[in-house]
Amino acid sequence: MSGSVGIVSAQRATFEEPLSFSCGKVLPRYELVYETYGTLNADKSNAILICHALSGHHHVAGRYADDEKNTGWWDNMIGPGKPVDTNRFFVIGLNNLGGCHGSTGPASIDPATGKQYGSNFPMVTVEDWVHAQARLADRLGIKQFAAIIGGSLGGMQAMQWSITYPERVRNVLAIATAPHLTTENIAFNDVARNAILTDPDFHGGDFYQFGVVPTRGLRLARMLGHITYLSDDAMAGKFGRGLRSGEYKYGYDIEFEVESYLRYQGDKFAAYFDANTYLLMTKALDYFDPARHTEHNLARAFAPVQANYLVVSFSSDWRFSPDRSREIVKALLHNKRDVSYAEITSQHGHDSFLMQDEQYFAVMRNYLERVAEETR
Amino acid sequence: MNTSIIESRPDFAAIAAWIPQGSSVLDLGCGDGSLLRYLRETREVRGYGVEINDKKIATCIANGVNVIQNDLDAGLADFESDSFDFVILSQTLQATRHTEALMNEIVRVGREGIISFPNFGYWKNRLQIINGHMPVSKQLPYQWYDTPNVHLCTLNDFELLCDHLGIRILGRHVMNESGDVNLLPNLRGSVAVYRFKREA
Repeated sequence: MSGSVGIVSAQRATFEEPLSFSCGKVLPRYELVYETYGTLNADKSNAILICHALSGHHHVAGRYADDEKNTGWWDNMIGPGKPVDTNRFFVIGLNNLGGCHGSTGPASIDPATGKQYGSNFPMVTVEDWVHAQARLADRLGIKQFAAIIGGSLGGMQAMQWSITYPERVRNVLAIATAPHLTTENIAFNDVARNAILTDPDFHGGDFYQFGVVPTRGLRLARMLGHITYLSDDAMAGKFGRGLRSGEYKYGYDIEFEVESYLRYQGDKFAAYFDANTYLLMTKALDYFDPARHTEHNLARAFAPVQANYLVVSFSSDWRFSPDRSREIVKALLHNKRDVSYAEITSQHGHDSFLMQDEQYFAVMRNYLERVAEETR
Repeated sequence: MNTSIIESRPDFAAIAAWIPQGSSVLDLGCGDGSLLRYLRETREVRGYGVEINDKKIATCIANGVNVIQNDLDAGLADFESDSFDFVILSQTLQATRHTEALMNEIVRVGREGIISFPNFGYWKNRLQIINGHMPVSKQLPYQWYDTPNVHLCTLNDFELLCDHLGIRILGRHVMNESGDVNLLPNLRGSVAVYRFKREA
């Protein structure tokens, strides 16, 4: 039977050695918050790293003792008897640098100025994150991960691991991801960023000092993003043309059910998420392009990879479409790596990777079962 | 389990007999991955399967077989030319829509192709037609109205197609329930396995 990892608590690792970023900036010291589930075995060979996507964080599974309703964002996938089985694996979730859930980010205090970093925080890339994650792995004594798993932007980190530290990861599970964003994706991100950047409360990123939050911009950014993570069919199925009051009001207040939903999602998100983090995360997405260093030849970018791969895509995901996953598969085939590819029929768009689905979970479970057997 | 696979699928043994140790293999329509698993365990073959069925994809992964979910009728665009020693299509040819295009893809991606298929010219099939019915047998277990088989052929037909496509046949192994067939294969064979390559 599958269950929950139960009550969990976050931990904090402080790093005193400076970290250089791709953009040229340096953080003299930084902190990463993380959670772990399961037990690290004696030879430290059963560790799995979970990389989070745009709005994710370290609270991947379980609940908090003082906040029972706060369940981890991938709790359906991770736990005892679940596809990522915490009876067999030692699972690590962390909040990436630049985040707003406890790791050093734009709202943290810059020791050089005594003020919040704000616009001074380094622009982060997937490569920077992977370097920071590797230091956390060093701290935990993990030389090689049994698997690194990520969806969307998380999948990009998992892939980057296998390129940057090929000997440190045996399996990559790259889910609903892409070898780089499409033009259209970058365009969507730019509209979202512009919503924040043009909010009068943004103050060039230093809004903390003014005691305000660019809520309107962040809310719009989230509303736009949210639309693109769903599919036309999923939205039509959920809301149709349903009207809240049953009739046209001929005004700009909420009329259609979908407006109500989107505004609620926007408000909820803007109430806790940091605008600078949102900007940083979308830029990290835009910048990710391992083939940039190999004359846009992805197969060559993947040449260092030693890991075995499971690539998963979802039929209705138009932001990270199955075709993009096929590019990853093709590059791995060129390099004669072990790779399996599953295209899951799902109507939930990009968000499908967070949903429970029989075929998706069977594929994940079966793959990780093999990983567990090889680890024993 | 290896021997049981070979017993239940005699064409697997014929296919395996042509594959040298350590070859690279692409198995099209690989099902649950048993052939690839057999080839890996007995011949240290490095391989991938292509399959469209969800359940079979999950089973292949459970079997530790590399599998790529893809529709064969969409072609083999994910695979580079001459990237495999062998491309195998076992008991699937008759269910492909764009059979001619797929044959060309097989000899593009593989240095050699190996195909097994049920022989429509087998005398028991002919007998059923003479008696006024579409053949139904162990090799062709479907009724005409629910069969996935849209491109059935005889040995002669297959050889004509190869000739038409500029494909050179390198070997042929014909079988029926009682074993290998050498005499009158198009009449006495129920299953055929061919090995072929693109004309240089």
